[in-house]
Amino acid sequence: MKRLQTPEELESLRESLVARRDPDRPRISVCCGTGCRVYGSMEVVEAFSEETGRRGLDNEIDVVSTGCHGFCEKGPVVVLNPSGIFYQRMTVDDVPDVVSETMLKGTVIDRLLYVDPGTGERIVYEHDVPFYQKQQRLVLDLNGDIDPTNIEDYIAFGGYSALAKVLHDMTWEEIIDEITKSGLRGRGGAGFPTGLKWKLCRQAKGDTKYVICNADEGDPGAYMDRSIMEGNPHRVLEGMIIGASAIGARQAYVYIRNEYPLAVENLRIAIAQAEEYGFLGRNILGSGFDFSIQIRPGSGAFVCGEETALMASIEDRIGEPRARPPYPAVNGLWGKPTNINNVETWANVPLIIDRGGDWYSQIGTVDSKGTKIFSVVGNINNTGLVEVPMGATLKEIIYDIGGGIPGGKECKAAQLGGPSGGCIPREHFDVPIDYESLLELGSMMGSGGMVICDEDTCMVEFARFFMNFVQEESCGKCVPCRLGTKAMLEVLTSITEGNGQAEDIEYLLELGEQTKESSLCGLGQTGPNPVLSTIRYFRDEYEAHIRDKHCPAHVCKELIQYSIDAEACTGCGRCLRACPTEAISGAKKELHTIDLEKCIKCGSCDEVCKFDAVMVE
Amino acid sequence: MAFQPGFDVSKIEHLLNGRKDGEYGSLMTMLEEVQAQYRYLPKDALILISQRMGVPLSQTYSVATFYNAFSLKPKGRHIINVCLGTACIVRGSRKILERISDRLGIEPSGTTEDGEFTLETVNCLGACALGPIIVVDGVYSGQMKASKADALLREMLSEGEKP
Amino acid sequence: MITLTIDGRQVEALEGSTMLEVARENGIDIPTLCFHEALEPYGGCRLCVVELLTSRGSRLVASCVHPAEEGVEVRTDSEIVQKSRRMTVELLLAAAPNAKVIQELAAEMGVEEPRVKLGDNDCILCGLCVRACKEIVGANAISLVNRGFAKEVKPPFEIGSNACIGCATCVFICPTGAVRLEDVLANRSVHERESDFESRPCKLCGDHYLAAELRQDYEALLAEEAV
Repeated sequence: MKRLQTPEELESLRESLVARRDPDRPRISVCCGTGCRVYGSMEVVEAFSEETGRRGLDNEIDVVSTGCHGFCEKGPVVVLNPSGIFYQRMTVDDVPDVVSETMLKGTVIDRLLYVDPGTGERIVYEHDVPFYQKQQRLVLDLNGDIDPTNIEDYIAFGGYSALAKVLHDMTWEEIIDEITKSGLRGRGGAGFPTGLKWKLCRQAKGDTKYVICNADEGDPGAYMDRSIMEGNPHRVLEGMIIGASAIGARQAYVYIRNEYPLAVENLRIAIAQAEEYGFLGRNILGSGFDFSIQIRPGSGAFVCGEETALMASIEDRIGEPRARPPYPAVNGLWGKPTNINNVETWANVPLIIDRGGDWYSQIGTVDSKGTKIFSVVGNINNTGLVEVPMGATLKEIIYDIGGGIPGGKECKAAQLGGPSGGCIPREHFDVPIDYESLLELGSMMGSGGMVICDEDTCMVEFARFFMNFVQEESCGKCVPCRLGTKAMLEVLTSITEGNGQAEDIEYLLELGEQTKESSLCGLGQTGPNPVLSTIRYFRDEYEAHIRDKHCPAHVCKELIQYSIDAEACTGCGRCLRACPTEAISGAKKELHTIDLEKCIKCGSCDEVCKFDAVMVE
Repeated sequence: MAFQPGFDVSKIEHLLNGRKDGEYGSLMTMLEEVQAQYRYLPKDALILISQRMGVPLSQTYSVATFYNAFSLKPKGRHIINVCLGTACIVRGSRKILERISDRLGIEPSGTTEDGEFTLETVNCLGACALGPIIVVDGVYSGQMKASKADALLREMLSEGEKP
Repeated sequence: MITLTIDGRQVEALEGSTMLEVARENGIDIPTLCFHEALEPYGGCRLCVVELLTSRGSRLVASCVHPAEEGVEVRTDSEIVQKSRRMTVELLLAAAPNAKVIQELAAEMGVEEPRVKLGDNDCILCGLCVRACKEIVGANAISLVNRGFAKEVKPPFEIGSNACIGCATCVFICPTGAVRLEDVLANRSVHERESDFESRPCKLCGDHYLAAELRQDYEALLAEEAV
């Protein structure tokens, strides 16, 4: 492939690609994001290729491995084009039927259709699936359509046209203006206005400047960035090149978690192809602008998501944050002005340049523009990636899109912002989500992880889990974080073990406040949030643990007891066999009992009992 | 610091010779390569790399102990990784970790005496729909239960006994 | 020169100064632990925090490292600052109960028994020893090892370092006495005996090793303390 030298050559390539693509041509789009691959989607792709080959149809039907479609609960997800028929939980065994019945005869296969749990209705088309209906998929729009390892797919769908426009028709002021006008704010968590960030870096003194993509998505339960990089890495690259040209940087790094091997691989392929086609390297599209991007895998430290720690890591030092000011925009990587943005932020940039900052600013709320991708996980029916306009409510996301809570249970709270965020109880689910409203509720937008907790979640144990995480990931440099979060963890642990003292809640609040005020970096400044927010909304649970040595959700091991209900037990013996410590005894068809001395409260008996006879109190 | 006689340098010779431009690139990238080749960071490798790159050994050691990706002790032939991300936690992954830990007789981060199994935890793999998840030698298994983990371990342990 | 307000007073300062420097120039006392004039500021102990008032509210910043800026207003001893320092000292006392300097700070601030026990390690991880060894002496013999609560100061592989030149700067600069002279001398003699030992000079003064006279003085000191 010859390097594209001008925007005209790019246009001409695009036109020829589009001309070659018949919109009516049958295309089977199989989700091959990490999640669906675990479900076996790669085998499904192979099976489709084999089946179409066997029938001599491989020149008429395309089989495409795409990135994450977002509806992870129902993987492997397959969408048939051009009809838009949506099949879920596909297996290799279903493939022959799909080809013979649906592709060739147009007959829909009922057993593969999504069933709306509320109405019992079977949904045929992707755009009718409730999970997708209420979303506004802008950043993720191409995830179901393109093969992320084929740059020509991206080009055919308009990719890199924003870059061409920027390099030839816009000055750096105009680019930064457009981004500022759009109201785009950082999607990594803090929500700093992107246009302003770029401007500060542009204005900083120095000829050598750097651009960084923070792809160290470390919040547990958050995988939006993974899916963007797996499914449409070129959009991120295009955003970075645009930003770099506005700022005046010639070298960039993508700092990406090593726990994301598929994303790293797809990114590597994308960079190589971008270089081949002339979107990276020297004199990009004849503009005189040189730019290159290097991948830097992380080495397993959550704190390296903090920008100064991230830069320290690139500089081969330990990931200890440093004081700001000076801000990276002025003094960053190797002391040079550096602009760091999150993956999702970069991915929004080409859309804004293509359709305009004005268009973008129509979406969302007064202060929070555009869409946000959330990973909705935990105790939820429709686990997956959800892209909604800012201002959508938790109620819409959890119930209309998320399909509610499994087992018909009540939803207790939604945790947003990961270890930096807070939980939001059910009574606030009508609040429109934006940066400010979440702060007022004691939470924060964070990177987009949204963990749903049902009525069986112990909020004290939940807070302890987060504190443990913060302790494991603290770099240890500053006293408030290193020792303050340790003290909080000790207190929380003793509460969950039934050794809580009356003064503990006040002590936790004081420790939390001081750790937030005094810590060096964002990790310590936000680490206490889960504890503070659970005390704010679920104080009664803390009090029950402390005063009554009772765990209302029946979770904390030291405070619960397993027993077998005499009325429900049929003496089938399943629990006896499942028990790892032989704590259960009983004759066949007779009541079984648990020896509490031997019971380690692992819950295996409850798992296997078909009669709901195991009681936890 | 004296070398252990017989340290096999061949696996990292290419690293120690630097790149074409005479530079060594990044220390952390080198360490990741060493970790991949040896399944840990041997002391002698760290000493050699520090010398060649002109990086103080104390800095190399500091970096080697800071990041989770690096291990100063050899890891087992099989690596079992249990996800303790929030989504997996609310679905009960801690019980699975406890079961595996009990069965193998090791704590998280530990390796069995025979050098066969290392048990690790990770704070989110980004495949939350399948939680609770464990990864064994790079192979993901979703919707785990303590009983499923038992079955998996039994299979692996019996395979190990085969001649 | 720039102008700013500190504790209600308008003062002038050289551009590029830190808040701590400005405070000290104006006779205002701010406690520190990890700060040393001869080293790059670290900002780790958080004892030197001051309240920075901005249009969007106030926040605490480490004065040893925060630059003095034109027109800012700073309070070095307000209630929020005091609360923060007291908690910092309480936590340090919980982790290093036998360190005299921490006990003294606690007494000054009215911090009594810590409400939790976090250990009994004289090392408070101020990093002064490591930073001095790197920035002044240039030996890089020790470093900060591990992460978080497990962080420690150690030589490579926790064995001993032949990069150490035995100058004992780490012993002098340590505020709590956690770095012991015996360990430095012991490390030195082990490496002096090993054939691959190569002495290195101090980056600052050029001396190659602990001068014989000084060593005798130190050994005498140690003998005195033992009595």
